Amino acid sequence: METKVLTKGFELDHLFRIGVYLDQGGYRAVKKALTEWKPEQVLDEVKKANLRGRGGAGFPAGLKWSFVPQKTDKPKYLCVNADEGEPGTFKDRSIMAHDPHLLIEGIIIAAYAVGIHTAYIYIRGEYELIARRLEGAIGEAYANGYLGKNILGIGFDLDLYVHRGAGAYICGEETGLLESLEGKRGNPRLKPPFPASVGLFQSPTVINNVETLASVPFIVLNGAAWFLERGLPKDGGTRIFGVSGAVNRPGIYELPVGTCLREIIFDHAGGLKPGRALKAVIPGGMSSPVLTADEVDVKMDCDGVAAAGSMLGSGAIIVIDDRTPILDVLSKVAKFYAHESCGQCTPCRLGTSWIHKIVKRMAAGKGRADDVDALIRLSANIKGRTLCPLGDAAALPVLAIAKKFKAELENAMRGNA
Amino acid sequence: MSREFTADLKKRVEEITARYPSRQAALLPVLHLVQSETGFLSAEEERAIASLLGLPPIKVREVVTFYTMFTRKPLGRFHLQVCSNLSCSLADGERILRHLQAKLGIGVGETTPDGKYTLTEVECLGACEQAPCMMVNFDYHGNLDPEKVDRILKELK
Repeated sequence: METKVLTKGFELDHLFRIGVYLDQGGYRAVKKALTEWKPEQVLDEVKKANLRGRGGAGFPAGLKWSFVPQKTDKPKYLCVNADEGEPGTFKDRSIMAHDPHLLIEGIIIAAYAVGIHTAYIYIRGEYELIARRLEGAIGEAYANGYLGKNILGIGFDLDLYVHRGAGAYICGEETGLLESLEGKRGNPRLKPPFPASVGLFQSPTVINNVETLASVPFIVLNGAAWFLERGLPKDGGTRIFGVSGAVNRPGIYELPVGTCLREIIFDHAGGLKPGRALKAVIPGGMSSPVLTADEVDVKMDCDGVAAAGSMLGSGAIIVIDDRTPILDVLSKVAKFYAHESCGQCTPCRLGTSWIHKIVKRMAAGKGRADDVDALIRLSANIKGRTLCPLGDAAALPVLAIAKKFKAELENAMRGNA
Repeated sequence: MSREFTADLKKRVEEITARYPSRQAALLPVLHLVQSETGFLSAEEERAIASLLGLPPIKVREVVTFYTMFTRKPLGRFHLQVCSNLSCSLADGERILRHLQAKLGIGVGETTPDGKYTLTEVECLGACEQAPCMMVNFDYHGNLDPEKVDRILKELK
């Protein structure tokens, strides 16, 4: 079975232009949803498709939409999370660069289903050229009557804007994103209230990842049953896995949800370079706990990776070979989270800095006998004790490396000393 | 002396604020806009932006200092931002950083005396399939080795 759904047209020249997109049958899903279905039917179909969020947390998209109150005297907002800051992740860039109208279609359908008339694409600041491409595509969509007032003559209005971030990982966290969009530092908010009831500008808000929304048009066109067949019964569709690190063919691979991690690394991404062996894999972006070489027979769906003690996250697979000291990997992890902690919660602000300090001294050959235990203790004390998931994102990979590679880390310290 | 923005820039600021129900929400886009015109955000620019958006200047300073892409000092004409995160370091991205330091004779965070280059180490740029990678201003360059870096620099005029 052909597994490419979202990425199918990526090879086409100028797919990002609306003319080419329409020639490929583009905006058929919008037409179908808006002219043949009621909003609740769209919501129902997306719910049945078990589309789980592609950004990190894996929350079911249909359920998220249904939390937004139908009747409210406030405006409702849709925020597209295109912040893509999780190290190892580059799939959303690829969707927006090749097929921006697919994302716009998903946005229109989601907005229609939830009754939203204003949407923002929050894109990381570094993707400036892609932001311009999106703006070009949005202009074309307005000119062709897919955005703006009275879309397709059904009386539905939607305005869509691109909003660039400015280099802060924390703004990929949904409430950090909202703060940032409101013109503030990206400090995450205390939940509850959840964004579905009190979100952007104190109003009900849906926040979805780019790939999640780009999957929606296919559910509308082909139905929930078709979508489920492409993935698993509880986790429908395909996922765009981004593979990087020590493989022969790094890149994006769109495969059924639930594809085996070993197959992705060795078949699709071409395995490791000659003479090198697999040492470890980070399966879902840097914040997901590392898996060892004998833990890669895992199904890449939200529940499958969770059962293996890690998480599917953004589906960003970082492959580490046997020539890479695990202390080097730990150094990168420690440095990143110490830099990106917003500083709001003490366990995260101080904990990530302490971890970084300890790892730096280990790398400098000045590690102390109980340093690995100190890392375990420190990260266990961050975990679960912060407002937002950055605390866990910082703690869990350190915990996993310190526990699974304790002997190597202690040997490395002795060798260095 | 207070900074006065041109009528054209003020008009563009108003176009941006029209997208949001609150003027404060326009802050990040307006900072990007002003920085693209002036090269960096001085205290005068911060105050002028604060006044345009009806904010206390401290609200602007808070944001400028929170986000890594906003700069309060001038940068070189070409801002070289080299990724040093995991996927790039697995592809020996450190070699690229070392090469640029040696070639340009500056350290990370520094600008060449002629004002042509600024070298920065950055976190993941989201282009890990082309590791090691860097950005030159807003252009991405991937699959780098020292020779390719030399060719890229040669073409920067």
